[in-house]
Amino acid sequence: MGKTLAEKIIAAHAEDAAEVSAGDLVTVHTDVVMANDVTAAIAIESFNAMGVGEVYNKDRIMLVPSHFAPNKDIKSAEQTRTLTMFSQDQALSNRFQVGRAGIEHVVLPERGLVLPGDLVVGGDSHTCTYGAVGAFSTGMGSTDIAFAMATGKTWLKVPETMKFVYTGTPKQWVYGKDLILRTIGEISVDGALYRSMEFTGPAINALPMSERLTMTNMVIEAGGKCGFMPFDDVTREYVEARATRPYTPYFADDDATYYSVHEFDVSDMEPQIACPYSPDNVHPISQVKPEKADQVFIGSCTNGRYEDLAIVADILQKTGREFNPDVRVMIIPGSQAVYLAALRAGWIELFTMAGAAVSVSTCGPCLGGHMGVLASEEVCISTSNRNFRGRMGHRDARVFLANPAIATASAIMGRLAHPDEL
Amino acid sequence: MDFNFDGTVWKYGDNVDTDVIIPARYLNTTDPVTLAAHCMEDIDQLFAQEVSAGDIIVGGRNFGCGSSREHAPISIKGAGVSCIIAESFARIFFRNAINIGLPILESPEAAREAQKGDHLSVDLIAGKITNHRNGKTYQASPYNGMVLQIIEAGGLVPYTRNVLGINITN
Repeated sequence: MGKTLAEKIIAAHAEDAAEVSAGDLVTVHTDVVMANDVTAAIAIESFNAMGVGEVYNKDRIMLVPSHFAPNKDIKSAEQTRTLTMFSQDQALSNRFQVGRAGIEHVVLPERGLVLPGDLVVGGDSHTCTYGAVGAFSTGMGSTDIAFAMATGKTWLKVPETMKFVYTGTPKQWVYGKDLILRTIGEISVDGALYRSMEFTGPAINALPMSERLTMTNMVIEAGGKCGFMPFDDVTREYVEARATRPYTPYFADDDATYYSVHEFDVSDMEPQIACPYSPDNVHPISQVKPEKADQVFIGSCTNGRYEDLAIVADILQKTGREFNPDVRVMIIPGSQAVYLAALRAGWIELFTMAGAAVSVSTCGPCLGGHMGVLASEEVCISTSNRNFRGRMGHRDARVFLANPAIATASAIMGRLAHPDEL
Repeated sequence: MDFNFDGTVWKYGDNVDTDVIIPARYLNTTDPVTLAAHCMEDIDQLFAQEVSAGDIIVGGRNFGCGSSREHAPISIKGAGVSCIIAESFARIFFRNAINIGLPILESPEAAREAQKGDHLSVDLIAGKITNHRNGKTYQASPYNGMVLQIIEAGGLVPYTRNVLGINITN
């Protein structure tokens, strides 16, 4: 009987089982345990309450201040201080100081800290991102993370797997972001609840790593437990440049059992927009009213990578346009490494001259934390991942999720716009 | 511990996300009392003011979707809610609730048929829910295995202390 990627990686980490199947409840060893400033605060409280003393492995616990960092207020500062002191007291090998790191889901893959075949648990729902490099990785809450920090273990129900096959060649201005938005629109926000999502097909093979990371990042927006991109030359090249420890690629068997198979021809796909107030309220841009934009946010763990900023720079350079002065344009690189690369490419100057506020790396506005919180009835075109009520600020603000090219065109036009209109 | 609850229903729809259960603007604290004061405020501003100890939240499909913030079940528990019943739970929220000792039960029929203000009785271990308005009793899948052990221990922290043999007297 063939096995899915989730079944194979979980079996390789299972405590008492050589083979597992969907539905099995197993205890597994973890390779990496992650938390951020918001979730680590509670995880550390729970860890201390468990009375264990020391973390199971100081090389594999990654505590990343990202959400309210740089500290937005005194309470946030106290939470980050808890994380920093714990990292120092436990002598954790990996540190993620503000100014040197950024958003966990950009930083960990970029530093080769999460690798193919790993089993990763993270105190952040977007931990599913690392499936792009072939890791089984899933988000958990703080007390689960505390248990994993203490024991190096967690319990899992082996998920069923849904297979997604993408064929055809996407048109210009259509990216991985559009493929995943379209998919979520199709299956809904609980369409993959508790399940694994395997992304396959010729259109996936053609995607660069940045767009693969964008897609697996949003698996949670369909309720998924984890998502996987196939291991291929793109993965190998990305990982080989970064890995400092051995890793094991896994491949799904041809005769693996899938809960369902979904096919998409991307050839005629338009850029997709998720309208308020749900990531599954997805429509092609031609069918969405061109709302006036008060803010455009380009960044986040979904679209804050170098290649995302390259799209913005390319449009600005080719059109010679600047951003509409009535729009607050926030461009936030997903990591300080991305910031530095953008600086060296001349883009920080380009973005600033065009009228954007370019900031140090943070999750900031994506979760209505800081650096661009929305007022009531304001409209934001955002490259992030969620547009729930109140997500980016006031409960009556409205967020439209889009790819970086749409966000850039909208920032120039002052309303939701397609780059072809420029 | 007592796993039987009686309470009045607060009814919500499908896909209640953790951003509305506790908006991120309050995630700079872990204090249950502070979090409880803002619980559900972006979809129901009366909830935090009017909720009574023992009340029961009833949701639709995918309750607790979105962010992994444990602050969401903490704010609900802090508000005095005894139990959540839903058609289905988002998986991270499900784990978080079990881990912090907030009782939850999945029962599509009980969730669909309950109305705001109904009086329910819940036997968590047996998975039985009785609605005193319509007189019906619903059977949810009872817990077993490690999940049941975590529930019976009162959450993952006391469970971990038990399995690792750590005695803390305070």
